[in-house]
Amino acid sequence: MSELFSYGFMKNAFIAILIIAPSLGIIGTMVVQRQMAYFSDALGHSALTGIAIGTILGVTAPTLSMVCFGIVFALVLNHIKFNARASVDTLISVCASTSLALGLAILSKGGNFSKYSALLVGDVLSINSEELPILAVCTAATLIYYAISANALAATGIHPTLAKSSRIRITLTDDLFAIVTAILVMLSIRWIGVLLINAMLILPAASARNIAHNMRQYHIYTLIIALFSGLLGLFVSYYTNVATGPVIVIYAGLIYFATYIKSKN
Amino acid sequence: MLSRRRPCGFHYIKINDLSVTLDAREILHDVNLRINCGTFAAIIGRNGSGKSTLLRAILGEIPHTGSIEFTNTEYGHISDPTIGYVPQTINISRSTPMDVYDLVTSFRFRTPVFFRRKGIRSRIISALDEFDAKDLIDKEIGTLSGGQLQRVLLSMAIMDQPKLLLLDEPVSGIDKNGMDLFYNKMKALVRHHDMAAIIISHDLDYVARYADHVLLLDQTVLASGTPKAVYESDAFRQMFGGSYDYGKPGSRPIPIGRYERKR
Repeated sequence: MSELFSYGFMKNAFIAILIIAPSLGIIGTMVVQRQMAYFSDALGHSALTGIAIGTILGVTAPTLSMVCFGIVFALVLNHIKFNARASVDTLISVCASTSLALGLAILSKGGNFSKYSALLVGDVLSINSEELPILAVCTAATLIYYAISANALAATGIHPTLAKSSRIRITLTDDLFAIVTAILVMLSIRWIGVLLINAMLILPAASARNIAHNMRQYHIYTLIIALFSGLLGLFVSYYTNVATGPVIVIYAGLIYFATYIKSKN
Repeated sequence: MLSRRRPCGFHYIKINDLSVTLDAREILHDVNLRINCGTFAAIIGRNGSGKSTLLRAILGEIPHTGSIEFTNTEYGHISDPTIGYVPQTINISRSTPMDVYDLVTSFRFRTPVFFRRKGIRSRIISALDEFDAKDLIDKEIGTLSGGQLQRVLLSMAIMDQPKLLLLDEPVSGIDKNGMDLFYNKMKALVRHHDMAAIIISHDLDYVARYADHVLLLDQTVLASGTPKAVYESDAFRQMFGGSYDYGKPGSRPIPIGRYERKR
């Protein structure tokens, strides 16, 4: 075990998971509660489009263009949700695949896509010690936002009109949540990967839901499951020489099935 | 004596020429109404007549033209009155990990729901007690019966002592005994808390027996007044396809299915 931490990249990855896993898990509690799993999946895929648009505009920092595009995309999806003239999941799917295709088309021009393929799976071991503080600050901000908004998020998810009668600002609550989710997803995507980011967001909360009876348990179980699968995944991937993201998600998936069998209902 | 309760009649809600258009379709047209505190008013009308839309417009959730005034005859215009609202149903599944504490806290308190504070808990318990529901505080909301959920939602609605209480058919799935209890309780509440209540109801019989004021709605107000006056109006006969035997409330309830099918 001590040999494991003698590598700087392992130490960084360990800290990164301690930061990323709980924050994705906690935001995930409300993504699941508000039935937005499809929305967050679309958001994850839009990362490629963000980078593609960034390359066209000549933005040198891919993270910046991802975050900006992610916010715009999330707000558009949110708007669609409230003004849908067709089934919401169909509309989200159409938007997500169109934007993904656009991103892939731009990035693959001239046969250069392999440069970006790392983004699909992500690599938490590539995180460096300069990036950690930025990640930590963003996560802290996310958690503060979450503590302030959790009640409003739960309430608007249950009944918007009832929330309105309790003087909760529905549109503001929804839009802020979409923006924060977009930022968090885009900042984590380089390490977790486009294909698996939604699993990190959804699985811990979905598992916790199977066994939790109230909101406190829901949040505590989500945190424990997110951290446990994250760290276990990191260690196992180190010893088996398999990419970290997939291993984490495999464990999170196993935990989901275990809780599903033990499910309270 | 300072604590003496003011009698009712000192504040009222007045709606002037309210219209709502959604997606180029006019849902409400020039609705006018005035309801004083201490009044238990009922809105009746067929499905899709704009009843729920009217409540949502009063709550400020959907845009409308015309005006909604809350006025206190002593202090004048009240710009942002407390409004209690009880929906038909709420969006939860059996697996929703929320108990009654969580439900009330997320709507009524700022302390994050997952902290579970004792002070909040005791305030919720005393609110639930008003409707004999304090034992439900630790129950998961997905497991509550229709009647239990209704009592919880009612407790929540009157927690902040609203000036106006809006009830959107809150008694579905309740037995006859429960209905009488509910309507009696509502009448008592309206009197004792000096508030006005507007209920949307499909049950013409209970409306006839309990409401002080009835509003027959179909995009606009077709008839308004005492239950007797409205039930004997032509508009009522046209909509429900017959007259209501007002002399014997309860003896001839008009089955809801019949006039729904007529349309």
